[in-house]
Amino acid sequence: MNQAEIKKIKKVLLLGSGALKIGEAGEFDYSGSQALKALKEEGIETILINPNIATVQTSEGVADKIYFLPVTPYFVERVIQKENPDGILLAFGGQTALNCGVQLYQAGTLEKYNVQVLGTPVQAIMDTEDRELFVKKLDEIDVKTIKSEAVNSIEDAAKAAAELGYPVIIRAAYALGGLGSGFCDNEEELRIKAEKALSFSPQILVEKSLKGWKEIEYEVVRDRYDNCITVCNMENFDPLGIHTGESIVVAPSQTLTNSEYHKLRELAIRIIRHIGIVGECNVQYAFDPKSEDYRVIEVNARLSRSSALASKATGYPLAFVAAKLGLGYGLFDLKNSVTKETSAFFEPALDYIVCKIPRWDLGKFQGVDRELGSSMKSVGEVMAIGRTFEEAIQKGLRMIGQGMHGFVENKDLVIPDIDKALHEPTDKRIFVISKAMRAGYTVDQIHELTKIDCWFLQKLMNIVRTAQELEKTDLAQLEADKEAGRELMRRAKVQGFSDFQIARALWKEEMEDCHMHWVRRYRKSLGIVPVVKQIDTLAAEYPAQTNYLYLTYSGIANDVKYLGDKKSIVVLGSGAYRIGSSVEFDWCGVQALNTIRKEGYRSVMINYNPETVSTDYDMCDRLYFDELTFERVMDIIELENPHGVILSTGGQIPNNLATRLDEQHVNILGTTASSIDNAEDRHKFSSMLDSLGIDQPRWRELTSLADIYDFVKEVGYPVLVRPSYVLSGAAMNVCSNNTELEQFLQLAANVSKKHPVVVSEFIQHAKEIEMDAVARNGEILIYAISEHIEFAGVHSGDATIQFPPQKLYVETMRRIKKVAGQIAQALNISGPFNIQFLAKNNDIKVIECNLRASRSFPFVSKVLKINFIELATKVMMGLPVEKPGKNEFDLDYVGIKASQFSFSRLQKADPVLGVDMASTGEVGCIGLDTSEAILKAMLSVGYQIPQKNILLSTGSAKQKADMLEAAQLLYEKGYSLFATGGTHQFLTDNGIPAVKVYWPSESEHEPQALEMLHNKQIDLVVNIPKNLTQKELDNGYKIRRAAIDFNIPLITNARLASAFIQAFCSLNIDNIQIKSWDEYK
Amino acid sequence: MQTTKKASLILDDGTVLPGKSFGYEKPVAGEVVFNTAMMGYPESLTDPSYSGQILVTTYPLIGNYGVPRREEENGLSRFYESEKIHVEALVISDYSFEYSHWNADKSLADWLKEEKIVGIYDIDTRELTKRLREHGSMKGKIVFEGGEDIDFIDPNLTNLVAKVSCKEVIRYGNGSKKVVLVDCGVKHNIIRCLLKRDVTVIRVPWDYDFNTLEFDGLFISNGPGDPDMCGITVEHIRQAMKGDKPIFGICMGNQLLSKAGGARTYKLKYGHRSHNQPVRKVGTNKCFITSQNHGFAVDNSTLGADWEPLFINMNDGTNEGIRHKSKPYFSAQFHPEAASGPTDTEFLFDEFVNML
Repeated sequence: MNQAEIKKIKKVLLLGSGALKIGEAGEFDYSGSQALKALKEEGIETILINPNIATVQTSEGVADKIYFLPVTPYFVERVIQKENPDGILLAFGGQTALNCGVQLYQAGTLEKYNVQVLGTPVQAIMDTEDRELFVKKLDEIDVKTIKSEAVNSIEDAAKAAAELGYPVIIRAAYALGGLGSGFCDNEEELRIKAEKALSFSPQILVEKSLKGWKEIEYEVVRDRYDNCITVCNMENFDPLGIHTGESIVVAPSQTLTNSEYHKLRELAIRIIRHIGIVGECNVQYAFDPKSEDYRVIEVNARLSRSSALASKATGYPLAFVAAKLGLGYGLFDLKNSVTKETSAFFEPALDYIVCKIPRWDLGKFQGVDRELGSSMKSVGEVMAIGRTFEEAIQKGLRMIGQGMHGFVENKDLVIPDIDKALHEPTDKRIFVISKAMRAGYTVDQIHELTKIDCWFLQKLMNIVRTAQELEKTDLAQLEADKEAGRELMRRAKVQGFSDFQIARALWKEEMEDCHMHWVRRYRKSLGIVPVVKQIDTLAAEYPAQTNYLYLTYSGIANDVKYLGDKKSIVVLGSGAYRIGSSVEFDWCGVQALNTIRKEGYRSVMINYNPETVSTDYDMCDRLYFDELTFERVMDIIELENPHGVILSTGGQIPNNLATRLDEQHVNILGTTASSIDNAEDRHKFSSMLDSLGIDQPRWRELTSLADIYDFVKEVGYPVLVRPSYVLSGAAMNVCSNNTELEQFLQLAANVSKKHPVVVSEFIQHAKEIEMDAVARNGEILIYAISEHIEFAGVHSGDATIQFPPQKLYVETMRRIKKVAGQIAQALNISGPFNIQFLAKNNDIKVIECNLRASRSFPFVSKVLKINFIELATKVMMGLPVEKPGKNEFDLDYVGIKASQFSFSRLQKADPVLGVDMASTGEVGCIGLDTSEAILKAMLSVGYQIPQKNILLSTGSAKQKADMLEAAQLLYEKGYSLFATGGTHQFLTDNGIPAVKVYWPSESEHEPQALEMLHNKQIDLVVNIPKNLTQKELDNGYKIRRAAIDFNIPLITNARLASAFIQAFCSLNIDNIQIKSWDEYK
Repeated sequence: MQTTKKASLILDDGTVLPGKSFGYEKPVAGEVVFNTAMMGYPESLTDPSYSGQILVTTYPLIGNYGVPRREEENGLSRFYESEKIHVEALVISDYSFEYSHWNADKSLADWLKEEKIVGIYDIDTRELTKRLREHGSMKGKIVFEGGEDIDFIDPNLTNLVAKVSCKEVIRYGNGSKKVVLVDCGVKHNIIRCLLKRDVTVIRVPWDYDFNTLEFDGLFISNGPGDPDMCGITVEHIRQAMKGDKPIFGICMGNQLLSKAGGARTYKLKYGHRSHNQPVRKVGTNKCFITSQNHGFAVDNSTLGADWEPLFINMNDGTNEGIRHKSKPYFSAQFHPEAASGPTDTEFLFDEFVNML
């Protein structure tokens, strides 16, 4: 392709990655957005297919046409038919886009419509994805791979394992993030894991395990002229055996010598050339810790989570460059986007270390296996930047946001068997190391048990030594001997200690907030303050105008100058993606940044999530890739001296800082800190509602079981119980009787004067309604009311949400508007807010109110086509805004937001929905009516229209009745129904034929439901838990878990099941309209 | 935590950067230069081209993997680039007092102390680098708390090549072709790269008249300092160019070959010292990432009529190699032998050996 050929490409289709799921998260919003930017720069028309409505890439102006449709061959072909693009990009939407592209290629679709694959050819992709082809390909150039055999049956797997020798690892071919893979120490384990892996993929791989080897990755770029660079290498803190997505990772590598580093680099280049990548790929190695022996683990011929991390770690925009190379450019044609003068053909030199730490949310799941292994379970990650390893990792451990203050000075962890916990890693592994060091374990002992390289452990030991020194320090002496004090404080700060950690080390149990302030004052008086450094890709060798910054204590001077003109506005980001806070807040943050810039202020972002667009240094005038702790935010505000700070677009993390920032006289833009506190504090909010005469579910904060019983007598079961101190398991639960209540409180929580429990009345069969709105000085400017498909009891983050509502009484809507208006006025809201309501008949009750943007802001903004955040930002900036002249009653279409679950990755977790959130992502689709929208949305989150057989267990009598109509429809459509005892009886009584199947507890009878699932005889499972009795839970659990493990679509809610069934029975897939976002008017 | 002595780096513009000692303790002076490589400190420290210089590493974490054993193979060091440390001092940000590597023999600190080389840490090496970038390389010195002072030294005023070159002729290997290697401060990996290719290497001192020897090809090595100090070497090269035997030069070798061909050299503001210098082969789309360590460069515009640039630096357009238009003479300003650094251009040794 020469320049003339590049010019010929006029229209390009880009495939997104769909909903965020474990193994495929926000990093693809970032890579897709970068690619679209690169195409736009070339004047190419861009079409994007991505049902993930909360992403930045699906925002106005990023792509020319956006389709909120499933990324599946069927829908992509229909879009190609309609749009007739010249080219397609497959490498920017994760495994989802890659798999879809390979299928389209193999089916001849791309050829049929004359669509050119830009970048890496599909054959090269297949060479890396099919294990056998891959090994053969690398054998051709004498590159060592892990000895592995591809097999198609359990028997062959057992034979292969016997030949290789245990331990072995099993992987499913063509699977994202190591889905369906695992280690097996013996044949018994192998058979279990092989069966499961085969349910995901027709081919599985049996490999010799190299547990304990180092895991090293290289990000490699190649252009069509065969020029290659490695942009970054990374080293896993955790040795091989733990999925790289589950590992703490540092960049660049720390324990490799020059000869080792360049040996692997040279191999990576040899591989990328031989495979024929054009663009970017990632090469993963296992590396012997005792020689220079290596194995290639895998090659990802696409942008990946690691490439997003590498981009942020180095400042080298991999996705942007890969897109340009896909168009035919050479690396020498492109400029380094940081220096803007030097060439893009170079390898970044870092003068800092980055540390990535995964964020898990395993506590949200009942029964989940907490051990880390070869398949990914983490839901997000953070990246910390420092100039010592100690600084980077302590920052990172604070960033993951699970109540930890760093490597030391955390609340004590109860570890019954440290040896075991070191040897069998869980999500707590790093804190187990901390505990072990405190318990006197040596570096060598910990190394023996964990195989973590001693270098990392030595550095961690430095942190422990400093902590011990601080703990021994006499306060009076600190005041007296300033020189010794300075020395100690500086060392602690260089090692990443927060003021909080230092205060806790000094005051121990007696420590209070004021002591943290004392530390801050003390060290500042000694001149110990952080400095701001740039990430400039060339380690200061060339001048760079970069705005990509971090703070460190290893330094004496700032890289940037501060103007102090009060023309900047700081936006606080949302931190690590986790269950409950994800890409939607990134969208909000980016919209706020855009608005600030448009209005002539300099935008400043603080965030530390490498999977985001808001941490792309192009998106703002200054990016501080740093912590969102009170201490660090204050450090930055003191340097930046901004006009004000926006807290309300980053979810709960920034919101929680409101009061403390206000105490320091920080100018919080929009709603005041005291109003935020009045909404957040349960007691204050409740008494406000009482005074306004607004109804709410009855609740009480109680400190003894006797008091709880008294309250239950008043309101009746079921009740929602929220402990303030959680021992294990879910943070809240619905209890239907005394036994359940006692069981939950005994197992999960601690009730005492110090740890009260909030018990609320739980209203059944009530609708849940959300209002997202923007107000100015207490007056609502714009609002969106949406309704949940499921009844209350399913967390709003898991519920399927319809906007505008189709089944709400006008009266209900009117009351909601009125109540929201009263609340907005009472709290004098200026900015975004969200209120959740319960509605039964025409009664409405307020559940909660958040004075910040909510999860559904991008969804309602995009469906209504009014940017709520832009409006809110202008309000917060005090700019004049017009009340939009449009509202949801004007829409001739419907939006459905559906949730994506990742239960298949969370081994043993019960895939049931409850009051605590479990989904990892969401999609939003638009249709002409509810059925069309829901069908698109459900297909987008991985459901399929069932072929023939459906298994029903539909719960309680009420739920069974709710499902009757749907069952009738299925029968009429010719589906074969299979039902467990009660459901079967109910269907038969109502004249619907069904085959009776048996629960696992009825093992003497045939057919067994579980067996049918194993044999893949079922296409859809509807399993609705009736109650929480042990037997019911156990039976239902086995069915639900089997459905997940054998990759059979599962629905556990009667109302959602009905809606989905209604949709696919009433609408043929071919009648779904292929309309881009802008065509819905 | 180790108790360490305080030491300061003082630049000749008056800047004082306080740090702490982790190496040998004696006052030292030299030219302060920075290197942006992220690994390879044992190789860098033993590279003779650093003679007379105080080396600043921009990568902050140093010492992680200790240093390897002193082992010889065919008369060459196995893991190092020469017989000893050549830098005057090492300046870093964060030192790893403990190290971890299967091939390590001792810590970097112990090695520095053994070889009586100064090392200081806890320096803001980024800020220091920015100053060197803005002012150009500066003279500097390191003094210890309570210790003696020392005068600034400009090492480029002395003949550093003479200091680091071998003192007598040394032969290596028993290959089918004979290559005379003019040692201006050669890195051992250059000799290893030649030996790998069935070559006998005859290593001669920088001022040795090799034209008296019998050989198939001439190699001119890297070396420290100002090429203008090596007039006699240039004369010998000119003499050799009267014949048609292949000539290959690296780094200082590129500068001396250029001078022999009539070109001039000049001092760069702060030099190229890194593992990530991009070069493009002139007239092609072929680009390479190279390892570099030089403070002087060849002025492209002064190349004689028979010569042309072979490689150009893609960042600043400076000369990265030359070739003769008709004769088998060529050279590279960068280091195809790597060690430390990327190995992308090792093929230049093949090209040279194929010419013999």
